[in-house]
Amino acid sequence: MELHDVWFVVIAVLWTGYFFLEGFDFGVGVLTKLLARNRVEKRVLINTIGPVWDGNEVWLLTAAGATFAAFPDWYATLFSGFYLPLLVILVCLIVRGVAFEYRAKRPEEKWQRNWEQAIFWTSLIPAFLWGVAFGNIVRGVQIDATKEYVGTLFDLFNPYALLGGLVTLTLFTFHGTVFTALKTVGDIRVRARKLALVLGLVTAVVVTGFLSWTQVSRGDGTSLVAVAVAVAALVGAVGAIKTGREGWSFALSGVTIAAAIAMLFLTLFPNVMPSSLNPDWSLTVTNASSSPYTLKIMTWCAAIATPVVLLYQGWTYWVFRKRIGTQHIADAH
Amino acid sequence: MDLALAPETLARWQFGITTVYHFLFVPLTISLAALTAGLQTAWVRTGKEKYLRATKFWGKLFLINIAMGVVTGIVQEFQFGMNWSDYSRFVGDVFGAPLAFEALIAFFFESTFIGLWIFGWDKLPKRIHLACIWMVSIGTILSAYFILAANSWMQHPVGYKINEKTGRAELTDFWAVLSQNTTLTQVFHTMSAAFLTGGAFMVGIAAFHLARKKHIPVMKTSLRVGLVTVVIGGMLTAISGDFLGKVMYQQQPMKMAAAEALWDGESPAPFSVFAYGDVDKGHNKVAVEIPGLLSFLAHSDFESHVPGINDTNKALQEKYGPGDYRPNIPVAYWGFRWMIGFGMASFSLGLLGLWLTRKRFLLPARLRVGADEIPHLVLFRTALSPKFTRLYWLVALWTLAFPLIANSWGWIFTEMGRQPWVVYGVLRTRDAVSPGVSQAEVLISMIIFTALYAILAVVEVKLLVKYVKAGPPELTEADLNPPTRIGGHDRGTDRDADRPMAFSY
Repeated sequence: MELHDVWFVVIAVLWTGYFFLEGFDFGVGVLTKLLARNRVEKRVLINTIGPVWDGNEVWLLTAAGATFAAFPDWYATLFSGFYLPLLVILVCLIVRGVAFEYRAKRPEEKWQRNWEQAIFWTSLIPAFLWGVAFGNIVRGVQIDATKEYVGTLFDLFNPYALLGGLVTLTLFTFHGTVFTALKTVGDIRVRARKLALVLGLVTAVVVTGFLSWTQVSRGDGTSLVAVAVAVAALVGAVGAIKTGREGWSFALSGVTIAAAIAMLFLTLFPNVMPSSLNPDWSLTVTNASSSPYTLKIMTWCAAIATPVVLLYQGWTYWVFRKRIGTQHIADAH
Repeated sequence: MDLALAPETLARWQFGITTVYHFLFVPLTISLAALTAGLQTAWVRTGKEKYLRATKFWGKLFLINIAMGVVTGIVQEFQFGMNWSDYSRFVGDVFGAPLAFEALIAFFFESTFIGLWIFGWDKLPKRIHLACIWMVSIGTILSAYFILAANSWMQHPVGYKINEKTGRAELTDFWAVLSQNTTLTQVFHTMSAAFLTGGAFMVGIAAFHLARKKHIPVMKTSLRVGLVTVVIGGMLTAISGDFLGKVMYQQQPMKMAAAEALWDGESPAPFSVFAYGDVDKGHNKVAVEIPGLLSFLAHSDFESHVPGINDTNKALQEKYGPGDYRPNIPVAYWGFRWMIGFGMASFSLGLLGLWLTRKRFLLPARLRVGADEIPHLVLFRTALSPKFTRLYWLVALWTLAFPLIANSWGWIFTEMGRQPWVVYGVLRTRDAVSPGVSQAEVLISMIIFTALYAILAVVEVKLLVKYVKAGPPELTEADLNPPTRIGGHDRGTDRDADRPMAFSY
């Protein structure tokens, strides 16, 4: 295994980390309309992710930075090619961050309601668009001989990619619902469990459909294993929430996310962005990667820093391990 | 759609807008994190309530500010790939590494510990909670270091070779990128300017409350902390600016010649106080100069030759082939002056303030005040009249944004002064844009970002004003009794289990 293969795996791991973590906080954002019955419940939801959403989002910045450093051509083609969808995602992430921080900083109801609207939409839209982006990466897009994307915006919204968008949207919402059941107490927890059952079934149908489509069109033996793991874990997550094992359910929905990402990256390899125009023009781990020297430095950095990051981020979740309910929301603000 | 513009023009405007905007929040974040951490340390060590109230007050303003810094920073991580894909392909092997390091080492640090600090008042023991804000501060400084190393490589590329086969720059010595003198002086200059910025911000707001005779103990302390920060930060900014200028004279003589509108080389070279030039003819119509000073700024003596714009342009044409290697001269010239002018004005006011508010040094005993009283402003032997006292407070308030203006012009100067290069001597800006992205797309994103940023600026400033006016919060029983174990108070009591969170969104 050469270093650029290692970095292919590292990028997959970073996206897995991002989707696992920001996945549930996008989901919680969607639940502010889907689950919360009143504004206090909305606040309970927002506060389950309050201390952690910012740290979760850094997984995205790290995935982007690592792609830039390890696969400059991948970074360049992807971000210039998916220009407008990425713009929408960036706008959402900007508004979303400000919404969390500023919502409670004024007492006026209108002010707070506007930011609550913002939190819902800016969680829902990126949750959908990330799936569209990954669907297109896996499916292959029009990349020419100079590694430039030459398709149009509308080419990106094909049925396969749209189904990919539904996968991330439903999966993240389910993941967020299970997280809510795990992190709250009282009535909202009970309803989260019930909602998770329904969402789990919908998600299972969508995920199975998308992964089967991928498997049939470009899968092999190993990717089939990943599909099986993803689907089995999802079914397990639904079963666990039904029997009240919230921790298990959350872990299993996380496994589904990891296995689905693994499946997509397995079907990609050794490409990083296949060209639908000519297979020779595809970006691969070799023709898109950085020099061995850069990869070596990056490997050392990642090997030392990642365990430390996991350690202190994990510790944060332990510090804020207490469940929250409506009684924990102070009246002020 | 094709506008009658060079392909890089819109992309440059967009980068300029998003980056200057982002950098309004960065220096305040860096300095307020450290200053808040310092105040909280004082609270933990002395137990004086004024320090805790100051921590909460400045911490709140810091959080309003860092939120904007974080979200506008996301764009920075993506826009190289979006608008500058040929740049990204060409330099990614070198430039990507510090960016990845920044994310992996600094961003995780900042973002994780800021969450712990915001929500941790009733979850963490005093000292661990204090450690969190210091971690945030370290994260902001590391972040600045890595991104400045990346920028310094664009100013003065080192530790790389051009690979003929792949047609791109490849890293050969990462340590050289991290430790070259351009990086070190830029970090020194940017960090000291950041503290000048935070100091002036603190002084201005403290002056606002002192002029109204409100929150005296907290604001008196804040004023002093702010003034000392301004004076030290301002002094170091001037010293590091001198270092950086000398480095730039060696590495980018064109930038510095443009900064002085020095058209033809002179020995000794004068420092220009005011100039109005004719760019087409290559000379100044009006010039007010101090003889010999520029030679000193460039080479530390009053004799040396300093090359001018015209001779440097000729030398660059011989080296890199035909073309115009001059940046926008008026922007470089005035940018340089506004940077120095606004920065040093702020420093001078701080120095004046520190003298006026001195506690004992050369201060007649009758003018000394108690801990809870507003200091007299004393120029020599007598206190200033109420009118002049009020004037000083007002000037301090209305100049609190001077360093922000200086910072912005500093960046505009150094980035525009490097043109036509994006990587000096290696890659031209016009060759760096995304060939596959249309001008319409760039225009759309530029309009959206500009509109969004404008709205958020209004929201942010209004919020800052609201919290500035509200003043430091009264302390609650919970504030004074932080938990002794991680995760909250004593286990098991019902009252504790249902206690509202000390902070919630």
